[in-house]
Formats: sequence, C-alpha cells, structure tokens
Amino acid sequence: MACCVDGLDDTNEGRKPVTTTSAEPTRRDFLYIATASVGAVGVAAALVPLIAAMNPDASTIAAGAPIEVDLGPIAEGQVIKVFWRGKPIFVSHRTKKEIEEARSVNLASLPDPQPDDKRVKEGKPQWQVLIGICTHLGCIPIAHSGQYNGYFCPCHGSVYDTSGRIRSGPAPTNLPLPPYEFVSDSKIRIG
Amino acid sequence: MSGHSTYQPQNAFMKWMERRLPIAGLIHSSFVAYPTPRNLNYWWTFGGILTFLLGMQIVTGIILVMHYTPHADMAFNSVEHIMRDVNYGWLLRYLHSNGASMFFVAVYIHMFRGMYYGSYKEPREVLWILGVILYLLMMATGFLGYTLPWGQMSFWGATVITNFFSAIPVVGESVVTWLWGGYSVGNPTLQRFFSLHYLLPFVIVGLVVLHVWALHVVGQNNPTGIEPKSAKDTVPFTPYATVKDAFFMMCFCVVFAWFVFYMPNYLGHADNYIPANPAVTPLHIVPEWYYLPFYAILRAIPNKLMGVVALGGSIVILAFLPWLDTSKVRSANYRPLFRQFFWIFVLVCLGLGWLGAKPAEGGYVIAARILTIYYFAHFIIILPLLGWIEKTKPLPNSISESILKEGLPAGGSGPAPTVSKH
Repeated sequence: MACCVDGLDDTNEGRKPVTTTSAEPTRRDFLYIATASVGAVGVAAALVPLIAAMNPDASTIAAGAPIEVDLGPIAEGQVIKVFWRGKPIFVSHRTKKEIEEARSVNLASLPDPQPDDKRVKEGKPQWQVLIGICTHLGCIPIAHSGQYNGYFCPCHGSVYDTSGRIRSGPAPTNLPLPPYEFVSDSKIRIG
Repeated sequence: MSGHSTYQPQNAFMKWMERRLPIAGLIHSSFVAYPTPRNLNYWWTFGGILTFLLGMQIVTGIILVMHYTPHADMAFNSVEHIMRDVNYGWLLRYLHSNGASMFFVAVYIHMFRGMYYGSYKEPREVLWILGVILYLLMMATGFLGYTLPWGQMSFWGATVITNFFSAIPVVGESVVTWLWGGYSVGNPTLQRFFSLHYLLPFVIVGLVVLHVWALHVVGQNNPTGIEPKSAKDTVPFTPYATVKDAFFMMCFCVVFAWFVFYMPNYLGHADNYIPANPAVTPLHIVPEWYYLPFYAILRAIPNKLMGVVALGGSIVILAFLPWLDTSKVRSANYRPLFRQFFWIFVLVCLGLGWLGAKPAEGGYVIAARILTIYYFAHFIIILPLLGWIEKTKPLPNSISESILKEGLPAGGSGPAPTVSKH
C-alpha cells in the first residue's frame, strides 16, 4: 500500500501539494491569527471585571467620605485616635517641648528626612494629624512611647519621633499625613 | 516502575468496567502491586499521614462552614456558636485547628526526610518542586483560615501579612488595597479570604494527584538512596507499605488526639479569643508556630523590602535544592559531613522558630541575623561545596545487600522474579 501511494505521488507532478510551506499564507493561517487575536482580546476583556470586582466597592468608597473632628476637647499633650476609611488617624495636640524636640533634630541624621513644619499646617505647629499605621507592616504604633517620646510600634520595634518621623527600626518611611484641612480654628476635616 | 497493570478483574461487572474506565486497574497498579523499596523506614509514612490529614481537614471544614458566618460583625460569634451550640462543634473546630498544626508537623518531617535522604535529586526534581508548591499552598491556606475566627490575632495577622505586598515598589499600595477590597482589612477582606480558604484545599488535592503521579513515575527513594535493581529490592505496596503506613498513622493520631482532647489551645494564642479590634494592635503579635522561622527571618532584616524578599527567598530557595546540592550520593547515611550539616540546619530552623516567638529586640535580633545568614549559607555555600570536598562512604551494591548483611549474592545482573532457585 505504502509503496503504491508513494508511486502515485511521484507520478502526479503538477498537482497541488497537500500542505503549503512558508511561501504563501493560507486561509487557515489567517483563521489561526484572527481567532487567536479575538480570543486574546476576549480574555483581556474578561480579566477587567474579575480584577475590578476585587477593588473597593461603591459602599466601601462611600463609607470613606471625609470626617470632621472637633479639636476643642483635646488637651495639650493628648493624642486621640479617630477612624477614617478604617484607618486609625492620630490627632496630636503637641506641647511646646514636643514641638521643640521635633524641630531641633539634625535632618541629615533622619532615615526619611523631612522638616517638622512640612508635616503640620502653617501656623498650627501644635496640631499634628498622622495616619497611625506603621509604615512597616501596618500595626498601630503606641503614642507617647519609644526612645524619642513619639510613637513606638510593638510589632517589629519601629520608633517614631514627636513629628511621626521614623528614627529607628524596620519601617522605611515616616508616618504619612492624611489629606486634611482646618474648617475653623478648632475643627478639621479629614479626607 | 510503572509497567502494565497486572490487575485481573474478578467478576463480570469489573470486567465490563475495566474495558470502559480502567480505574480499578489504575488503583491496583498504584497502591497494591506497586513495587516499593523493601527498606523504607517510618520516616516514609508521612506522605500517607499528610493525605489523611488533608482529607480530614476538608471533611471537618465542610461541616464547620455549615455553621460559620463569614462577616466581620458575625464571624467571631459564629465561631463561639460552633463551640457552644453546635453538636460536637467544639470537636470539629479543635480537630480542624489542631489538624492544621499537625499538618505542618507532618509536612516538616516529610520535608526534612527528603533533605536527609536526598529525595530531591535526579530524577525526582519535579516531584520535589511540586512538594514545595504544595507547601506554599498549605501556608497560604493556613494563613487564610487563621483569619476566619476574626479575633485579634486573626485581624492583625491578616494586616501584617497583606502588608508584605506594600513593600513592592510603586504599585505596592494599590496591590494591598486590591487585596483588601477596601482601605484597610475589613469585611470585604474577610469574605474573600473565606472564599479562597475554601478553594485552596481543592487546588492542593489536584497538586497532590500530580505529586503522587510524579512519585509513581520515578519511584520512591529509600534510606540507601540507590535505586532498586531487582525484584529482590522491592516488595508490593500492599500489604507491606499499606500496613506500615496505617500503623504509624494510628500512632500519629494518638498524638493528634492528645492535643485535641487535652490541650486544644496550646498551639494557639489567647489573644484570638478577643474579638478583632482595628483600634488596638496586640502588644506581642506572633504568627502561628509553623510560620515562626520565616517570621524571624523577616524581622532579622532592618529593611522592609529586603525583609520581605528574604522571607520569600527562604522558601523559594527550596525549589532550587536539587541543583544547589552538587553531591552525586543521595542518602546522608553515606555522607558523613553532610549528615552533620543537616542536623545543624535542623537546629538552625528550630532556633529561628524559637526566635520568631521572641520580641524583636536586643540579643534576639542579633541571634536571628546570625541564624538567617546560616540558613541561606546552608543552601548557597555549604551544599554546593560539600559535593566537591566530601569523601562519601562506599555505597552498597543493592538495597537487599544493605539490609541482608550476611552478604547474599545481592543485585547481580538479571531480574530475579523467583527466589525458589536455592
């Protein structure tokens, strides 16, 4: 059988070969590429809703609306904790001594150099508002503790000063500031 | 090792079935007639124990889910409801939570056994790598499950672990927000963790099938580390391995039951009986015991990104073990130097585990740094060098020669299907 088929092929010169080589693209090549392209676009389009559905939903975003905090009851030297977007926000009424300590630091010696007056609103050095989440792995630091009498994170030992700047430990950056503004002299809006 | 099945269907139905779906033949050739080295010791029983534990975790888990509520406001109370109201709920939950610990006890023994006897070496590299992936999946599943009771350790463990991803440059914060489904760990986080905690065990089951398949292609390693050469070197899986596995599984279950019935909370943390409070971080936050060595490595490094990279690297490096160990001899029984370094490595891992539970300060941090360096040096320096400088002991000619010390004419050339020649 095999020999006969071979013989048949040999004698059939001029007949079209069964498969084409690279010379001419065929309709099948076109179909392969077109199908694969449409399929790839389909997969990419399907990924968009799948990934987006895991991002914060509308109710979570709505619950993250700005909040107002009355500063009146916060005594000098007191740090209060409020929640915005599920994050603890420290509102610190700093004493003269704490401001002094924060401003007398040699900036070059800091891991994340930032002057204290850039971390408070102008003319309000006594009010400091920080996101109270350790920049290492997200624990909540404890106020009025640690070597610099600022904040100390119990999880992995990061130490922040009275301006919330990282001084020692594994945290890479200073405690971040939330977006906020003074609505009046004794009220702020966070968010 | 594989060969054709010797399975002979006994009745008409099985004959009918075998021609259509030869599953009985597959089981017979894999778990009955399968030739297993005759010198396997009890360290080889942990694969079976792990399979049993996986099944037990799935069964107890499925029933626990019938009573659990995955919602931030209700999860904690639903777990207490399981403990107090559900018939045998206390037992199911303690079996499940202690089962996770036992799972890790068994997997660590299984892994150290593989390291001691060189089970990862050619041709078992893929088998070993599948095992490393399984271990990673186990860690993920254990972590996700620990979040579900929504106690203080659940909440803060979830916060710390998900924050690992915030170390990624540029996109870290967006990735973490995406993982949380919010701006902090909260109800959306708990619900997706529950979904994934239910999913992953079945992914593990699938990979276990691949793991066992790969094992049955290359065959089991054995304490001598040399391949079986004749039928005299092996025994059929059933009854020999079956009864040995089953016997030791029962011994293991005695220990398991001792934990479940007499000290069910010993391996947990009292803090997890306090409902999750996003305002207060527990003063001493520690992961479950089975993650402690890696936690110590994370804390040993005074840089966030590098700490996370080292933690990941300490696990990923296991996948490269088949190529980092340059020795041609598999079993530590014939590698006097490696055997000493192996036990040092075991002690280093235990030391890191102990340090992981200690506060990150003073001497503990220094010790953790030294042990972290040694951990990596074991893989990157010691193992490659040992292959070159170590003088190994002579290997026996065959498995049967190694156990029949009288010196029977072991191994030889041809196959020896019968021993009735004498």
